[in-house]
Amino acid sequence: MPVRAAEERVDDFKEVACGFSLEDALHECARCLECPNPACVAGCPVGIDIPGFIVKMEEKDYRGAYDILSDSNLLPAICGRVCPQENQCEGVCPVGETLEPVAIGRLERWLGDEAIKNNWNTLPHIEPVRHKVGVVGSGPAGLACAADLAKAGCDVTIYEALHKPGGVLRYGIPEFRLPNDVVDAEIANITRLGVTIECNTLVGRLFTIEQMRDEMGFDAVFIGTGAGAPNFMNIPGETLNGVLSANEMLTRCNLMMAGKFPDFDTPMHMGRQVAVIGAGNTAMDAMRVALRIGAEKVHCVYRRTEAESPARLEELHHAQEEGIEFHWLTAPVEILDDGAGNVRAMRCLRMELGEPDDSGRRRPVPIEGSEFEFETDMVVYAIGTKANPILGQTSKLGLNKWGYIDANETLATSIAGVYAGGDIVTGAATVILAMGAGRRAARSIKTYLGIRDSEAKYRSEQVGCAGTLFGIDLGERNFSPIRLAG
Amino acid sequence: MSDFQIIDRQDFSDTTFLLEVCHPAMARAARPGQFVIALVDEHGERIPLTIADFDRDKGTITLVVQAVGKTTRQMQQTCQTGSALYGLVGPMGAPSHVADVGKVVCVGGGLGVAPVFPQARAFKENGAYVIGVVGFRSKDLIFWEDKFRSCCDELIICTDDGSAGIKGLVTDGLKSAIEHHEDVDEVVAIGPPVMMKACAETTRPHGIRTMVSLNPIMVDGTGMCGGCRVRVGGEMKFACVDGPDFDGHTVDFDDLMNRLRRFTEDERAAMERWNENCKRLEQAGQTTGTV
Ligand SMILES: Cc1cc2nc3c(=O)[nH]c(=O)nc-3n(C[C@H](O)[C@H](O)[C@H](O)COP(=O)(O)OP(=O)(O)OC[C@H]3O[C@@H](n4cnc5c(N)ncnc54)[C@H](O)[C@@H]3O)c2cc1C
Ligand SMILES: Cc1cc2nc3c(=O)[nH]c(=O)nc-3n(C[C@H](O)[C@H](O)[C@H](O)COP(=O)(O)OP(=O)(O)OC[C@H]3O[C@@H](n4cnc5c(N)ncnc54)[C@H](O)[C@@H]3O)c2cc1C
Ligand code: SF4
Ligand code: SF4
Ligand code: FES
Repeated sequence: MPVRAAEERVDDFKEVACGFSLEDALHECARCLECPNPACVAGCPVGIDIPGFIVKMEEKDYRGAYDILSDSNLLPAICGRVCPQENQCEGVCPVGETLEPVAIGRLERWLGDEAIKNNWNTLPHIEPVRHKVGVVGSGPAGLACAADLAKAGCDVTIYEALHKPGGVLRYGIPEFRLPNDVVDAEIANITRLGVTIECNTLVGRLFTIEQMRDEMGFDAVFIGTGAGAPNFMNIPGETLNGVLSANEMLTRCNLMMAGKFPDFDTPMHMGRQVAVIGAGNTAMDAMRVALRIGAEKVHCVYRRTEAESPARLEELHHAQEEGIEFHWLTAPVEILDDGAGNVRAMRCLRMELGEPDDSGRRRPVPIEGSEFEFETDMVVYAIGTKANPILGQTSKLGLNKWGYIDANETLATSIAGVYAGGDIVTGAATVILAMGAGRRAARSIKTYLGIRDSEAKYRSEQVGCAGTLFGIDLGERNFSPIRLAG
Repeated sequence: MSDFQIIDRQDFSDTTFLLEVCHPAMARAARPGQFVIALVDEHGERIPLTIADFDRDKGTITLVVQAVGKTTRQMQQTCQTGSALYGLVGPMGAPSHVADVGKVVCVGGGLGVAPVFPQARAFKENGAYVIGVVGFRSKDLIFWEDKFRSCCDELIICTDDGSAGIKGLVTDGLKSAIEHHEDVDEVVAIGPPVMMKACAETTRPHGIRTMVSLNPIMVDGTGMCGGCRVRVGGEMKFACVDGPDFDGHTVDFDDLMNRLRRFTEDERAAMERWNENCKRLEQAGQTTGTV
């Protein structure tokens, strides 16, 4: 796929990857073997009928292809851009055994973008079922869950703490990878299904999960609050000015538009020599944002090697192209003061790889006597996140020992009628895994509420037949609302 | 909940003003010690403000704002009765503990006067003997005296110039309260960091538990950015979820004060730009006859 040249793109927030042209897309479709037992579908956490939409594209029925795609995924333009496809759908595609695998993600993005451009939206016939469901958090997990429940006829309200919806899609992933317009357009697909999104609502403080169920009339609740709380390392110098979390930097830039300060009020003072600790997606984003808002030089400091970097391959390459300097096998042990409360440098250790640890990766061990000073005036932590404590503190939800919400295989929590999924259950993962969890929870909630049509496909040709809905006899539907146990 | 109507505004001085905002759910949920994050408009900054009062019957919350920089001055100009805030989220932070205290001194100075009020009232409602200590620059800047009197068994007003109450800082008022009452169980101090630090130092020799409400720079207020981290008892805490109330004897105030200077340069630039814009608008208004 064409990308903008590194020299050109490092000064702005416009998208780096330009997307397929129609010719590219059709050429790519032709490479698909249309496997009768497609590995890619199993590899996609939301089970998109990939050969199905590819066939429609080859028939030049792009609208039909989009309908198949959006059956399973209402955020295709987003997922096509940010999914780590190499580990999912594309990773298992047999074409990849000898050649490049079919570029499923890019095809998905192409269709998603076409849909936005042409304002395609296929509204399913929705039969209201008198159930009210509350969703906490408007990240991919919450959005996916809300969409499925709305399609099943529930009256769904999403509560979001920030003033704009989208979760990490909004505040975390920068515009040069995922433009805000795309996020807005695909979230609109969800509100079009009748879902209400209430921003500025911090659940746990404004009202509790128990109140949603007992006082506000919600028959079921889904929690998709993500794993937003940033980790620090607990080394000396961490509260100096110039030390911050990647989340803070990204939020200031993506949600609050600090790059446009002073037209927007939120500042993001950028250092000259910026050191980002960590080498995952968040680190890549933080580094590339730093570069774009005025850092002279950006360094990546990681205690393992490039091979262990958890970032999406494409992002790592883009970061390298943009001139980020990588310091593998390097671990900071102290951040040093300039005497006025600001960062002057970091003290670091060189590492070497030892025996494999629990995660199967070789454990980095410090090389004795290798301490050195690393000059920097800004240190950004991108070393992972943990569960946000607010819901745990304000409800009786059962948590695991790391503070994540305990949920069983149906994603039910310890409170009847309350389900949870996404990063708040698994720890930081991916957009599409969060969406998969949202859809799984929606299925469980439908079963819990006694809604029959939980696996129905929403095809335009099936809408509007008298007497049946999605192939199910209307008379057969079980509407009896379940009363919730204490 | 996209429109947060301002239904009343009062000006206490040329820098301090009160906004009463309609938000029934928040009025129901708010507890003393909690705060909101407000956004003036879509281009605005998220700024934290303490909930200085709430009226469950009317469904409103009250904010008392001191105009210190770009955003708060803009609010001073644009937040009039009948207008609305673009964003308002809360209540945030852990509520203060007000139970099981026999005698308490509530100290408010500077922008801490209004925020200490709901705590004083809650202590009173819980049956405590409440001594209020509030500080102002001079007599004509005093506000809410009647409200404080209604919930304080004693009220000590301190002014810089001695034009009302005792002449001196709130720490002088606090000292006098401690001298007159040997059985103070707790002190609550809210105001600028220097003031809270001084109060904590005043009570330290007496071993009186002293709670302070910290005001670090915040962004989300939900525990997601870590910008509000403060050092308390040698540990790192996030003021927006673990606080904002902490034990003043264990807070590293120097660290807090240093971190409050993070954006000094940018804040100055924003302020200058705002002043210039205001001037330009004023001039334009004069020539066209409209403001
Ligand atoms: C910088 C960054 C880059 C990433 N890049 C990629 C990528 O390229 N590809 C990929 O697949 N994954 C990526 N990820 C991971 C991915 O974004 C997450 O796994 C995914 O967003 C998790 O979705 P979620 O719905 O569980 O939670 P989130 O997206 O975190 O959303 C949770 C939402 O809930 C809200 N919330 C929290 N608490 C409350 C409350 N009490 N009341 C109301 N609302 C609340 C939050 O404000 C937030 O909006 C990235 C993550 C980050 C941080
Ligand atoms: C929990 C809490 C409760 C508060 N309650 C009140 C209150 O009831 N009334 C009141 O007038 N003020 C209160 N403040 C302080 C108020 O948030 C700041 O005065 C305001 O953000 C300044 O913004 P500005 O743009 O006008 O000024 P700026 O010029 O941006 O800043 C002036 C000073 O305010 C501090 N500040 C700047 N941005 C923030 C921010 N996002 N968060 C916190 N501090 C910041 C900085 O230290 C700076 O030196 C509270 C702060 C906190 C954290
Ligand atoms: S959603 Fe992600 S995993 Fe699924 S097909 Fe699309 S790119 Fe692949
Ligand atoms: S696995 Fe690859 S070749 Fe097979 S259907 Fe999927 S995309 Fe096509
Ligand atoms: S304000 Fe962001 S974590 Fe507290």
